[in-house]
Amino acid sequence: MLRGGKDPYWKRKAKSVVEQRAESGTLYDKRALEQVRKGVKQWQDTVYKEWNDRAPGERKDVQTASGIPLKPLYTPDDVSNADYSDQGYPGVYPYLRGVYPNMYRGRLWTMRMFSGFGTPEDTNRRLKMLLEHGETGLSVAFDMPTLYGYDCDHQRAHGEVGRCGVNVSSLKDMEVIFGGIPLGKVSTSMTINAPATVLTCMYAGVAKKQGVPMAKLRGTVQADMLKEYIAQKEWVYPPEAHLRLVRDLMVFSSKEMPLWNYISVSGYHIREAGSSAVQELAFTLADGFGYVELGLEAGLKVEQFAPRLSFFFNSTMDFFEEIAKFRAARRIWATVLRDRYGVKDKRSLLMRFHTQTSGASLTWQQPLNNVVRTAIEALAAVLGGTQSLHTNSYDEAWALPTEQAVEVALRTQQIIAEETGAPAVADPLGGSYYVEWLTEQMEEEAYKYFDRIEAAGGLLKAIKAGYLQREIAENSYRLSRRVEEGKDSVVGVNKYSKTEKEPIETLKIDFRAQRAQTRRLASVKKMRDETKVNATLARLEKAFEKDDANSIYPMLDAVMQYATLGEIVGVGRRAWGTYREPMIL
Amino acid sequence: MAKKSTAIQRKIRILVAKPGLDGHDRGVLVLARAFRDAGMEVIYSGLLPSPEEVAQMAIDEDVDVVALSLLNGAHMTAFPKVKRILDRLGGKDIVVVGGGIIPEEDKPKLMRLGITGLYGPGSSFEEIVEHVRGRVREERWR
Repeated sequence: MLRGGKDPYWKRKAKSVVEQRAESGTLYDKRALEQVRKGVKQWQDTVYKEWNDRAPGERKDVQTASGIPLKPLYTPDDVSNADYSDQGYPGVYPYLRGVYPNMYRGRLWTMRMFSGFGTPEDTNRRLKMLLEHGETGLSVAFDMPTLYGYDCDHQRAHGEVGRCGVNVSSLKDMEVIFGGIPLGKVSTSMTINAPATVLTCMYAGVAKKQGVPMAKLRGTVQADMLKEYIAQKEWVYPPEAHLRLVRDLMVFSSKEMPLWNYISVSGYHIREAGSSAVQELAFTLADGFGYVELGLEAGLKVEQFAPRLSFFFNSTMDFFEEIAKFRAARRIWATVLRDRYGVKDKRSLLMRFHTQTSGASLTWQQPLNNVVRTAIEALAAVLGGTQSLHTNSYDEAWALPTEQAVEVALRTQQIIAEETGAPAVADPLGGSYYVEWLTEQMEEEAYKYFDRIEAAGGLLKAIKAGYLQREIAENSYRLSRRVEEGKDSVVGVNKYSKTEKEPIETLKIDFRAQRAQTRRLASVKKMRDETKVNATLARLEKAFEKDDANSIYPMLDAVMQYATLGEIVGVGRRAWGTYREPMIL
Repeated sequence: MAKKSTAIQRKIRILVAKPGLDGHDRGVLVLARAFRDAGMEVIYSGLLPSPEEVAQMAIDEDVDVVALSLLNGAHMTAFPKVKRILDRLGGKDIVVVGGGIIPEEDKPKLMRLGITGLYGPGSSFEEIVEHVRGRVREERWR
């Protein structure tokens, strides 16, 4: 898949999955099924038809958000091929019904609210506030300069420091962010990609100063560079160089930080970039297979690293399609890992995932409507069996959220957990004719994409040619057009809209963060030992130049000497250069 | 730079760009397609150009319009910077429009600098395209 083009598995699988569906399964008695078929036909010709004749004007061309056409009714006839071994039990292959036997009865999903803004002090305060409110996992967002590997005093950072997240220019900033938070006791998710290796080193550095051994650290860095080229587009180097760094991180973590989830394979951004649910599913899993192959290339055993790969999906407004997507993802992952990569170990087969409700579904018009949207999306994620969840705040179409809005978003999850009964039963929508049928559709479409990607020469080649990016851009334009033409409705935007300038209170970030960060960086540079900094950076450069070296060890040394993020990333810029994306207009 | 051909009927040439550290290109790519479908000649800057590079590209490509988009909150520094450099490079007649996530109170300041439109997510193509056409008409009749 990664450097593919020649693997016959994908073509075979794409074909067999469709053929398999056409066969008759064993779940239903043949005669009973014949009855159902007759019954449906009769219902259609009489009851349904008469109803429509009396009240014409039924909506035509009804489809899912991905464009899968829908009938008005689903019955056992639509899932007649089903063999129950394809569905199984929670905690059992193929994990369609959930990854843990008792699902939310044993443990609720982790309520993980993404936060981070302004100065490290601001973020430290917000993290502590969330811990006090009962949040169970920390999550940190970084600003653009950090994401692109520039220090706060770089010219390109001007005006962007602390705007979309917290700024980190050196280990010192991380010490402040996690000040007073015992890193041995929390799990922290850091949304960082291109410089994920550096931030992992910094986190380990803070732990070291707190006296917590690396082996005890729990958390996640995103480090999913494939989706950066596909969707979010926050890279520094060409794909090969970034993949090499990901490989180094995989090998390093397998050895030194066994509880660290070093890649969060992310569909979230693919979806936010305008993809369909089908594309999100297909491209994210393709990336996942890509990382499996990367790990194998590095000489690791799948069993060694697959349990540390986690996934990150979007949940947006087409409720049932989203649930089908989550279910299909689990079944595809387990199936392909077992059949294609020969995995036997159970822990490597189960797909654990984090979900975030869709930012793109929020509207700046009538912002309180977003509370409702987020609640529906969150419910879909829970019914889809997510392991952790971030709910967006209603004011996020405008700016970073205010504290009040964040609280409502967290309460939304708590209401689902405590009041709705949704966590009582594993995979409560399993067995719904419609949901099972839709789950199969999603799977089929995903396998077709895997085949196409492989035929395009594998992921890396397809990405460099802009194939996946173009697919997404085209879908995103299709969606926008549908809203523009009134085929899809967005309440408060193209339907039930009103002239309004509803002022909502938004979080203000001024140049205070930029000034404070620049001052701190200057003082860090003054107090550190330049000779040691230069020596560690020189060793890092050597490691970068030698492809079979593991660069994380020298990077950790550089971080501990307070070499800055920009300096460390800069070493790579010299070694590998930068990257310009293919034009996909 | 030689004064550009300002034939009233000339097809509108528009540069679509994100002048900052912001990879969220869904909006610009959709807009680029919408401008193209509306009959304009569209040039896309690609990702991560600096404001200087965007301004230079606008001059080199002899465009009528620069459409800027940022979702990262840096519009108050990046948009005016593009405009300033454009003016300095002799592109005073190039129309600058913007969009993205732009709080209401930032708008008057940007508009005073001649950066208009300032559409947020979910705005209609028709409205945006009309705005661009309107500004170009004004500029050509000036």
